[in-house]
Amino acid sequence: MQPDAPQRPLPVTNEDTHAFWTGGERGELMIYRCENCRTYVHPPAPFCPECESRKVGPEPVSGKATVATFTVNHRQWLPGLPVPYVVALVELDEDPTVRLPTNIVGIDPEKVTIGMPVEVTFEQVEDLFLPMFQPRKD
Amino acid sequence: MKNQTYGEKNVAVTGIGMSKISRRADKSALALTIDACMEAIEDAGLKRSDIDGVASYPGADNNASGMSPVGVPQLMDALRLDVNWFSGGGEVPGQLGAVFNAIGAIAAGYCRHVLVFRTVFEGTARKLNRTANASATGGRNYGQIVHYTPYWAIFAAVQQALYFQRYMHDYGLTSETTGRIAVNNRRNASLNPAAVYRTPFTLDDYFNSEMLATPVRMYDCDVPCDGSVAILLSRADAAKDCRNPVLRVESVGCAQKVRYSWDQIRGEALARQATISSSEMMWSRTDLKPSDVDTAQFYDGFTFHTAAWLASAGFCKPGEENDFVGDGSRIALEGQLPINTGGGQLSLGRMHAYGQLHEAATQLWRRGGDRQIKRDINVSINTTAGGPLSGCMMLVKE
Repeated sequence: MQPDAPQRPLPVTNEDTHAFWTGGERGELMIYRCENCRTYVHPPAPFCPECESRKVGPEPVSGKATVATFTVNHRQWLPGLPVPYVVALVELDEDPTVRLPTNIVGIDPEKVTIGMPVEVTFEQVEDLFLPMFQPRKD
Repeated sequence: MKNQTYGEKNVAVTGIGMSKISRRADKSALALTIDACMEAIEDAGLKRSDIDGVASYPGADNNASGMSPVGVPQLMDALRLDVNWFSGGGEVPGQLGAVFNAIGAIAAGYCRHVLVFRTVFEGTARKLNRTANASATGGRNYGQIVHYTPYWAIFAAVQQALYFQRYMHDYGLTSETTGRIAVNNRRNASLNPAAVYRTPFTLDDYFNSEMLATPVRMYDCDVPCDGSVAILLSRADAAKDCRNPVLRVESVGCAQKVRYSWDQIRGEALARQATISSSEMMWSRTDLKPSDVDTAQFYDGFTFHTAAWLASAGFCKPGEENDFVGDGSRIALEGQLPINTGGGQLSLGRMHAYGQLHEAATQLWRRGGDRQIKRDINVSINTTAGGPLSGCMMLVKE
């Protein structure tokens, strides 16, 4: 019998990071942004590196992104780990310098390419909503 | 002339030590560390009482991963060392950060003789627990890694595959080239009695090794092992009184000018990682040029780290790595730029840059036995890599 799939190791959240990991409950990908100069700040930090404003907070983005790089993992590193799976870094449409580690889902892993347009989808684990990305439907 | 204004030029490697390196040690990690450290002290012709500083990377992690089972305080106490300064920690510019710290302590006048060591017990750790290589576990996690953990990117091969893939995409690096690097290092290991894996393999063997996480194959990965390496660094004037020819630190590169982040690392750095700014700093502090380098002991936690360093250190341009490596003859022991002459982490074992530093001194002191570079050599470079981790340094035999 196959062992059960292990649970994804989750983050502890705090005042800065909570919105990123829970915005998916409303279907929103929340990224920190400077209220003053509108720079995106990721990972979430209460300081704008462009204008030094402390007024930086979570705002929803479109969830559209592009695959910057990826790997298809074939090795079952843990008992029950479902393979193959795709790990990718995706760059947000609003600001490609904001790059998110994620899984690419909803596609044959062998068909993922660098430059592929993707959009966010969320997977709930306990109280968190993990941003995943899938091929764009439009 | 870029002269004594740079503190590292007043520091020399004066002794080296290495425990037995194996997949399963027959003694404790502390015992391995003592083997390496006492050998380095004796190699320099010094006594324990001469040691007035100790440094290590990345400091004891006090867990079962085997990543860093022995810290500076434990070693200092076991050897009853009385010191002026010590430092152990992982928040440094790459795996050689403990060496850079030691250089700083000597240049500042805190110390004359600093013992630097790196101990791993990952071979045993993984035999006891197959998942000891995971960088996170169930439960909730902290730190920069949390952006990777939920996505099962908690294994080095998976996480590093992202940079490897992008390097192939941006610069056309081929698996044949990384395979040639793996084959080269194994051939060198076959001539090194200390190496964990010594049976030569072919490019076909490389291509047939297990595909772990595209494009990373088994033979792209270094070998978790048990062992300890010690490097003794001394102030240059004190080095002259030691037993070995002086190996002066010519230059250090420890600049971090891409964001220190595994994922937000920018632009070119997504492929080349943090190697660019550390290399620029190293070359800015010396009159030497890449053509002056006799041997390169590159970081090879994964094969593509070495390919990236060929370009970042200036031996070829980015995109020319395939041509430079060619059929492997240029990087071989007999070639223009012999690399990882002891087998590197890929075959000697994952001593995390310290095996390579030990090997640089071994070659410059002409102790390489069957793997000794035949021609006269005087200049070596060592590098580190892996996402935001990067650093480099040059040694010159006086």
